[in-house]
Amino acid sequence: MADQAPLICRDIHKTFAQLEVLKGISLETRKGDVVSLIGSSGSGKSTFLRCINLLETPTSGDIIVHGDPIRFTNNRKGERIPADNKQVELIRAKLSMVFQSFNLWSHMTVLENITEAPINVLKVPKKEAIERAEAYLNKVGIYERKDYYPAQMSGGQQQRAAIARALAMEPEVMLFDEPTSALDPELVGEVLKVMQSLAEEGRTMIVVTHEMAFAKDVSSQVLFLHQGVIEEQGTPTKVFDNPDSERMRQFLAPKF
Amino acid sequence: MFDLKGYGPELLSGAVVTIELAFLSLALALALGLIGAAAKLSNSRVAVGIATTYTTLIRGVPDLVMMLLFYYGGQVGVNMISDYIWETYEVDFFFQFNPFISGVITIGLIFGAYMTETFRGAFLAVETGQIEAARAYGFSNWHTFRRVMVPQMLRHALPGIGNNWQVLLKTTALVSIIGLTDMVRVAEEAAKQSACRSIFSFRWRLCISPLRQARSFS
Repeated sequence: MADQAPLICRDIHKTFAQLEVLKGISLETRKGDVVSLIGSSGSGKSTFLRCINLLETPTSGDIIVHGDPIRFTNNRKGERIPADNKQVELIRAKLSMVFQSFNLWSHMTVLENITEAPINVLKVPKKEAIERAEAYLNKVGIYERKDYYPAQMSGGQQQRAAIARALAMEPEVMLFDEPTSALDPELVGEVLKVMQSLAEEGRTMIVVTHEMAFAKDVSSQVLFLHQGVIEEQGTPTKVFDNPDSERMRQFLAPKF
Repeated sequence: MFDLKGYGPELLSGAVVTIELAFLSLALALALGLIGAAAKLSNSRVAVGIATTYTTLIRGVPDLVMMLLFYYGGQVGVNMISDYIWETYEVDFFFQFNPFISGVITIGLIFGAYMTETFRGAFLAVETGQIEAARAYGFSNWHTFRRVMVPQMLRHALPGIGNNWQVLLKTTALVSIIGLTDMVRVAEEAAKQSACRSIFSFRWRLCISPLRQARSFS
């Protein structure tokens, strides 16, 4: 099925000890959707993103990646855990993630960072993986840095390398966890520009962000989270220009 | 140059024993250290218990006592078992403890305990983001361990491994008490027999004076 939804989340709950961080979040994406998750700190947007690729196991709710629902079971203590680690690995390979603090492997060069997962997880032949990596490095504009180690590059370059690493998996959905929050203001632009070009070529993206201009201009769907629930949801025009919720209006109001 | 009073070849063979002993026990210690650290960081309470007992016990007993306990005590133990087997089943089961192998095992066991702590600390020092990135890209646990955790951990472990290695090398001198002729033992005998009265003078000749010469060249 060509136009199967790349990702569906139904009624995701997440509780840490006694604290309920997510209180039933649902999300349905179509191919080419760019979903922005916005909200203040502690609203649960990063936790939701981490539940999608099971860096956190949701306490309840379903995650369906390209028609393939993730299976869960309970461990001896009664906690919910993924039933099949192989399935989780396969699904993660389809949902590549870009982190706030880049998390490039610091003992590998940029090129090795990008080819590591395609070669070892997707079993792409080495030569092809290198060609693919070089193409994506060109795309994000840091081809000449391919033999550098992460520590030798600026934050913006590191994040662009991390985006190339995510692209090299040719994922169904790309997950961005506050990709510009750790960057100097003048480096934010170069990363957002790369992300915008990805959105324009029709990649499905879910972006946790504090960049309101990006959310407004680039995304096709905006989710405003507040205290673990979706307070406001819809097209950017609706959410930003004509929000129903009082919280959303407060969130958008000028702070000083 | 300096005069070895005809003990040169013996000292050389003693040095070979010392080096063999040191490298073999280092290999054993590194292997035990990795296993011990993996056990200590695992979720299994049994594994944590065994590893904690191992490191606490071994690090609490003096090296010399460990050496005597394992070599002589171990031999007594084997004798008792073989006596029992002979009396009950009339099967001849006996083996003599080899001082070299005993030395390697004892030193390996002792430094395995120190390496366990070195590796455990180093694993804990690896940034969680590095491991999270590996998991997020679909790496299996083994692949994460081999390609991300071990290389990252080694950076934190190397200073500790270096320290342990130096102490280990000096500890090899203890094998002379279980009858192995390593370099220190040869030096001691040579000092007793020759005009040089103290073993320190021999060590001096062996270690310090070449070092000084090397320094004066540079």
